[in-house]
Amino acid sequence: MKKLYISLIFLFLYAPIFTLIVLSFNASKTRAKWGGFTLKWYFSLFENEAILQALWNTLLLAALSALIATVIGLVACIAMQSMKKKTRALILGIANIPMLNAEIVTGISFMLLFISLGVTFGFGTILLAHITFNIPYVILSIQPRMKQLNTSTYEAALDLGANSLQAFFRIVFPDILPGILSGFLMAFTMSLDDFIITHFTKGPGVDTLSTKIYTEVRKGIKPEMYSLSTLIFAAVFILMLLVNYTPRKKEK
Amino acid sequence: MAKTLVNLEKISKSYDGHLVLDELDLTIHENEFVTLLGPSGCGKTTTLRILGGFERPDKGRVVFDGMDITNLPANKRNLNTVFQKYALFPHMSVAENIAFGLKIKNKPKSYIDDKIKYALKLVNLDGYEDRRPNSLSGGQQQRIAIARAIVNEPRLLLLDEPLGALDLKLRQDMQYELIRLKNELGITFIYVTHDQEEALTMSDTIVVMNQGYIQQIGTPESIYNEPENAFVADFIGDSNILGGTMIHDRLVEILGARFDCVDEGFGENKPVDVVIRPEDVKLVVPGEGLIEGVVSHLIFKGVHYEMEVQAGGFEWLVQSTHMRPVGTKVSINVEPSNIQIMNKPASEDEEAVPLEV
Repeated sequence: MKKLYISLIFLFLYAPIFTLIVLSFNASKTRAKWGGFTLKWYFSLFENEAILQALWNTLLLAALSALIATVIGLVACIAMQSMKKKTRALILGIANIPMLNAEIVTGISFMLLFISLGVTFGFGTILLAHITFNIPYVILSIQPRMKQLNTSTYEAALDLGANSLQAFFRIVFPDILPGILSGFLMAFTMSLDDFIITHFTKGPGVDTLSTKIYTEVRKGIKPEMYSLSTLIFAAVFILMLLVNYTPRKKEK
Repeated sequence: MAKTLVNLEKISKSYDGHLVLDELDLTIHENEFVTLLGPSGCGKTTTLRILGGFERPDKGRVVFDGMDITNLPANKRNLNTVFQKYALFPHMSVAENIAFGLKIKNKPKSYIDDKIKYALKLVNLDGYEDRRPNSLSGGQQQRIAIARAIVNEPRLLLLDEPLGALDLKLRQDMQYELIRLKNELGITFIYVTHDQEEALTMSDTIVVMNQGYIQQIGTPESIYNEPENAFVADFIGDSNILGGTMIHDRLVEILGARFDCVDEGFGENKPVDVVIRPEDVKLVVPGEGLIEGVVSHLIFKGVHYEMEVQAGGFEWLVQSTHMRPVGTKVSINVEPSNIQIMNKPASEDEEAVPLEV
């Protein structure tokens, strides 16, 4: 009974994506009938210059924004560690609010901000926006790790003759590394996944995969888009597996 | 007495306007086992952290081997700390943990390897080099923490309630182990604890602290037998603390009865506090003692019986190997040398406080 229930839930959750995946291998151009198995949509996808450019943009954006957000988030966590409990809770709260904010609101706010500052829209504006919305996710995954940290290990390192930099990099850093990694992967995934904020902060001619799909779909759905969406889903899926797997492995 | 190693001079420290240490003066000699003993919040850990270099005093100086180290950072001090929760590095093996300090100081590999072997042997954990700290028991982790500290050959080892997290039996074993280690290494130990038994067992010198002040400094025997005020008497072991009047030298009146004692120099007809240890209260046949009473409570404690005796309007705590049932009429007597006379508390922090350990 329990198993049946769980299967039903998974069926509902994954039916749409499964449909998409199946259709991406469909040789027939119409959605109505199965024309046999093919990989041709995948091949034609990789022959499409615009899509490849969008893929490159997406990956670069995800990597850069995740990297920069991780550094900023890490520094923020270190600073928060030496704050008083109340101040820390307050700052954590403020840092968390943007995550709960509706993405469309965030996106439009970014757009308005960039316009009022007179910034030219392009790759740079998307990057700035992505870094900003990624920081809370990084803090959220590093901070608990930092809190668990036995603060006396840092003092013990000082006691044994290490200076504060040595103590941080040899003792504290390896201990919070799982948190840093999962924060990075989380930020990477969030950036990869984002459509709305990118949509509002991108300039003409710059596209990520999600905005590319959106423009293509408006012109009429091509089967290549199924295969592209399948690939994005697969990438995010693998990343999420990694995010959830990394910290647990360490704790053994 | 041996050479002075550490001098704390008029150390004051407060957190958020709350005074933790007030002009503390303390001298520690070479090769001494000193215990800072007191209830939580008495300033003992702060004192240790100031010595270790993790806190700066607001006022005062720390002099180590003739040199002022008040502002010297922790990593430049020739002393090491064993932390309360061991603070082992979880991502390193036991050997890497022990080698940490030596690697920082760029010692040659062969020297480090020898040191690891030596230190593990010293704490009876040879062969544990490749284990992870998490796979060790609390007692073993504590030994590794000690090994990690002593390979650096410190002149002074600071121990912050190192046995606090261990169970009773293990704690007792480790107490003997620490005494042995100290004797083999020939270095100075400063030990912080709130456990009076631990302090009595291991120390050469006990420093009893309360509310940022030193209450008494002395050998375990003198602290136990001749507490200087009600706080010390109450904190170290069980005791009966009674108000009394010093009639003249060697005679004190307690609860209307006059007891011979050995104390002098308190003046005549002067109000004093009197400490009598529960094991020093003699219960004799009614009429033969100085105060008549009746047993109101009886508990078997293993080594002895613990009784409460209502006598002269005071509830006496009595420990004896000889059992007397509740309701027995008894008479109380005390040997003159077992009566300890103290001045009345001069301030609040010298008063007896309820124990919460």
